[in-house]
Amino acid sequence: MNNVMEKIREFVLGEFLPGENPATLTPTTPLISGGIIDSIDAVKLIVFLENEFGIEVEAFDADLDNLDTIEALDRFVSAKRQAGENG
Amino acid sequence: MTVDGIHEYLTRSAARTPDAIAIDELDGRTLTYGELDRLTDRLADALRHAGVVRGDRVGFCLPKSADAIAAIYGILKAGAAYVPVDPSAPASRSAIILRDCTVRALLVDQAHLDALTAELESTGPLPEIFLLPTVGGGAGLREAIDARGPAPETPPPAERVTPEDIAYILYTSGSTGRPKGVTLTHENGISFTDWCSEIFAPTGADRFSLFPPLQFDMSTSDLFLSIKHGARIVPIDDRTGKDPFTLGKVIEEHGLTMWFSVPSVLSLMAQHGRLERYDLSSLRFVLFAGEVFPVTHLRRLRDLLPAVRMFNLYGPTETNVCTFYEIPDHVPEERTEPYPIGRACSHARSRVIGPDGAEVEPGAEGELCIDGAGVMSGYWNLAERTAEVFLEADGQDWYRTGDVVREEEGELVFLGRRDRMVKRRGYRIELGELEAALYRHPSFSELAVLAASDDAGTRILAVYGTENGEPISLVELKAFAAEALPLYMVPDRFVHVETLPRTSTGKTDYQRLKELV
Repeated sequence: MNNVMEKIREFVLGEFLPGENPATLTPTTPLISGGIIDSIDAVKLIVFLENEFGIEVEAFDADLDNLDTIEALDRFVSAKRQAGENG
Repeated sequence: MTVDGIHEYLTRSAARTPDAIAIDELDGRTLTYGELDRLTDRLADALRHAGVVRGDRVGFCLPKSADAIAAIYGILKAGAAYVPVDPSAPASRSAIILRDCTVRALLVDQAHLDALTAELESTGPLPEIFLLPTVGGGAGLREAIDARGPAPETPPPAERVTPEDIAYILYTSGSTGRPKGVTLTHENGISFTDWCSEIFAPTGADRFSLFPPLQFDMSTSDLFLSIKHGARIVPIDDRTGKDPFTLGKVIEEHGLTMWFSVPSVLSLMAQHGRLERYDLSSLRFVLFAGEVFPVTHLRRLRDLLPAVRMFNLYGPTETNVCTFYEIPDHVPEERTEPYPIGRACSHARSRVIGPDGAEVEPGAEGELCIDGAGVMSGYWNLAERTAEVFLEADGQDWYRTGDVVREEEGELVFLGRRDRMVKRRGYRIELGELEAALYRHPSFSELAVLAASDDAGTRILAVYGTENGEPISLVELKAFAAEALPLYMVPDRFVHVETLPRTSTGKTDYQRLKELV
């Protein structure tokens, strides 16, 4: 896992899975469809991503495909950062 | 009353303004009043041809869309009652609902067909299936009707519905572990719609967000009030609805004038929606209901939308909206307590009773009871349960809401619940239903579910013990819960204990449990 994924995993564990064995949360564990976070938690997660990684989530970005796994979140953050640098 | 059947609003508006847009989907697909009227006539004919008669139930499992709205009106035009099931809920739960009220026909999209029919087939013959290959813009519904074969030259004649006929059955969480069907008549819906007309006076220029899920009674004002006045419905699909970053943009782009949703969504929009970036001047009314709106978030929303009239509406599914309160222009800094639920609407009467069933003195705490044209006829197939929730007084049947209130300066103030029902994101959850579903996990030896509320909303906590005394992975437990239950019922936390505290009679001691965790 890269640095971004580690940070996201730490946040998800601390915020939504207190006391959980960290090994059970893998980069491909489904977060939303697996009942770990709901739509309101997802907003917290987005606010965390914005603050932690200096990106801005736009309208229509907050799609399930972008948010359902740590792997997908990592891809989303890098794409956003790249877009930010290019813009 | 203005009409006998609630679907007649559509026929009348279509005759008045056939070319006006009735449904405007977010992706730009639209249906005019004329198109919606013809499509729903065709569906009604096809349903009758498939054997549906007045008084039957017809279910649907469809994402919110023009097709789903047309399904509702078509079913009503056929003289049947519509039964919506939550497309995001497990198929097993939807099948229980559709079997409970023995639907004669079912409209379902391709995405849900296999899981739902497999569940239904395991318990008996299938209802007549109308399969929508796609959903959106009404095209899928047209295809579903076409696939049923050509319409007969002379379709079975339409029977006129009466106001006492059942219009819809909405299932809510049941304390025994099975959802229960709140049975609502045309009169129930029409009386509520007429009250809305009186207070909000919409016109053909209005644009209604259809935000609530269709299995939720809040959706009925957007579905029927808009059509009655020839206005436009903008269905907010579930995905967009869960994204507070997008909703401001949707309001601006679609020029929405009426917004009705649960407070939790408005709280999120106020906190994270960046509403100040958008031109929201089209909005005339923001209505909310379903749960308490924490004042800190309401104040922020009020400041962001100073020109909008805001109402706190109250009413369980059994009565739909029955009391209302207009939020003042300014929410004072020092105010911390939520606003009242207000006073009875013109089509309802309220009464506050004590434990003996007698009316309490004004200002005293008691259970809120409601009487009037909006009150349900009962729970589907549950005569005993229905009898329990009605109180006879002054020759009338009053629905006992289970909500504890107090009257202050002529306005009713909500204080809490009598039982184990909680509201989360506006959804009703019977903690007993949750316990019954979670108990199916093979490793639990005992289990109790608790709820706690604060400004952030209602959190649900499941406390469990296991056979081997070991805790279970949270990821596994949440995945298990997400498969057994709609996502809004999945507990926020699971806490492992060695043994649950018990009362002297051996029942779970919820009071001590609350103190423990």
